[in-house]
Amino acid sequence: MTKAQPRTKQAAALAANVKAAFGELVSEPVDFRGELTIRVSDAERIAEVCAFAKKELGFDYLVDITGLDNYGDDPRFTLVYHLYGYGHLCCLRLKTDVAEEKAEAPTVTTVWKTADWHEREIYDMLGVRFRGHPDLRRILMWDGYPYFPLRKDFPLAGRPTEMPDVAFTEKSPMAGGPFVTIAGGKDTIAREPRVRIPETDALETNARLERRQDIKDAHGQAYGPGPIEKPNQGEKR
Amino acid sequence: MPTTQEVQIAEPAMRLAATDQLEELHGDKMVLNMGPSHPATHGVLRIVLELDGEIITKATPDIGYLHRGDEKIAENMTYTQFIPYTDRLDYLAPLANNVAYVFAVEKLLGIDIQLPARCQFIRVICAELARISSHLLGLGSLAMDVGAMTVFLHTFTEREKIYNLCESLTGARFTTTYTRIGGLSRDLPPGWVEQCRKFLTEVVTNIDETETFLSRNRIFVDRTQGVAVIPKELAIDYGLTGPNLRGSGVEHDLRKTQPYLVYQELDFDVPVGTAGDCYDRYVLRIEEMRQSVRIIHQCLDKLPSGPINVPDTKIVLPAKERVLTKMEELIHHFINVTQGINAPPGEIYFGHENPKGELGFYIYSKGGGTPHRLKIRSPSFVNLSILQRILPGHMVSDVVAILGSFDFVMGECDR
Repeated sequence: MTKAQPRTKQAAALAANVKAAFGELVSEPVDFRGELTIRVSDAERIAEVCAFAKKELGFDYLVDITGLDNYGDDPRFTLVYHLYGYGHLCCLRLKTDVAEEKAEAPTVTTVWKTADWHEREIYDMLGVRFRGHPDLRRILMWDGYPYFPLRKDFPLAGRPTEMPDVAFTEKSPMAGGPFVTIAGGKDTIAREPRVRIPETDALETNARLERRQDIKDAHGQAYGPGPIEKPNQGEKR
Repeated sequence: MPTTQEVQIAEPAMRLAATDQLEELHGDKMVLNMGPSHPATHGVLRIVLELDGEIITKATPDIGYLHRGDEKIAENMTYTQFIPYTDRLDYLAPLANNVAYVFAVEKLLGIDIQLPARCQFIRVICAELARISSHLLGLGSLAMDVGAMTVFLHTFTEREKIYNLCESLTGARFTTTYTRIGGLSRDLPPGWVEQCRKFLTEVVTNIDETETFLSRNRIFVDRTQGVAVIPKELAIDYGLTGPNLRGSGVEHDLRKTQPYLVYQELDFDVPVGTAGDCYDRYVLRIEEMRQSVRIIHQCLDKLPSGPINVPDTKIVLPAKERVLTKMEELIHHFINVTQGINAPPGEIYFGHENPKGELGFYIYSKGGGTPHRLKIRSPSFVNLSILQRILPGHMVSDVVAILGSFDFVMGECDR
């Protein structure tokens, strides 16, 4: 661990450079477990920040791009870029939010070629489009598949489609598997901790909300509304 | 009446330019579908090739035939429950995936530096055994694809011994699920160390023999040298990792540059290629196996005694006899199994030097027992994205050599 210490300092210096160059656009770097995260407030300028990081700060290797779905929060999507430099061996994480209505961000394929498939995957899984991408097609699912499966409102069991030439598009048995559930729901889908279906959101059980409250109590940080007040506690079922 | 004209240019890029000039003579281009079920595509990779005679003018890889939605599944189960799914990513090196995944979760929990020394050494042994196993298969199939059947059978004899070691260690030959968050599922069985040492001496002989089969074999050298040359800059730009990156001359190994577990205490070299062609990638894998043997020898020498799990029953399941007799442990066991380990909110990325390259796990936690998002950065996925750039200009018969030298696995690519 002795070697890691100066590298953290170097990464902090690099992050400070990003902050100095873009000012209000980027947030102060946040440190968690020795990893630095910078938020870029405007997703439209993410390519600009990336290009700067590559050209001026030597982040020549894009490790990964990930998309997050913050279902229920606004803005809905977050893009996470992991940068690394072979010269200085430091990592940096860039995050930027994308609203659901827009669901679009500029491509960084112009900065790193490797972004090509990462961006295609995010488009395929979450439905965020990348403007200027040379070949934005589905990559893991079939061409023409109507859903974005990694969105939180897509059930784990899947949804049937009427696609021709596809052998099996039924819902999977057991709602997708013997997974962690929360007691109280009518069926397995309702008991799933995270999966929600917008048209039947009444299935959102109070147990799930209570669980959130537990997490809030344990960590002092909320992620969603607390439990609904039950009106008739005394009434027997 | 179309006439044929032979193009004898060694350099793929020049060859591609030459075909452009000859287009009028040759007429239409042919589209050839390779895979998803093709012996040389090592799983279910499909490549749509556009051909001018024998020369590839355009290549479009088509992946996703093995997509099982592992990342979606991970969001719906506890951290511990996901360990068996990591076996099925790079199914040629399940032990390495186990080690990588649990270390990522431990980093999120902040217990990665508290791991007992014995646990760390055993994990390194596991990861290096997996590397040897994966490289043996990679070499065997590369050789078979270019026409040398013997090598495949030869390397598989050694892989069989690794499977036997895995079986006595984990109880399973293939789907090991050996590691646990905060430790290991079980300690080394009696006699395992001697068994492992015996294997190490045998595998060194086998690697030497494999090298005599191939390294100066005229056919093998002709089919791999100068084929699919990837310059350093291109390799970095396309995010190649592992032997494919080092074959192009970039000296980067996460075990050295971002040391985790006990790699800092071990003495080993990182082999680097110079030309960046298929032959370099092959030589590199041979040498990496020798280094892995070196690492395992050191680990077996230094292997300390002591516990294999962190002493926190909120993370590691408590001993069964205590669960059945003590209240506290019973509660911990119950909560651990039903709700999962209570992880703090936060996000981490951990990159592990897997046999195929950098296997990374990005975990975004909002607290509680399940991840909000778990992204698997698989080396095969990223390594394959360079195909569309590197294949054009090569002959159809080169494709099998190139795919073999890339050593990818679709279980990990499609997730």
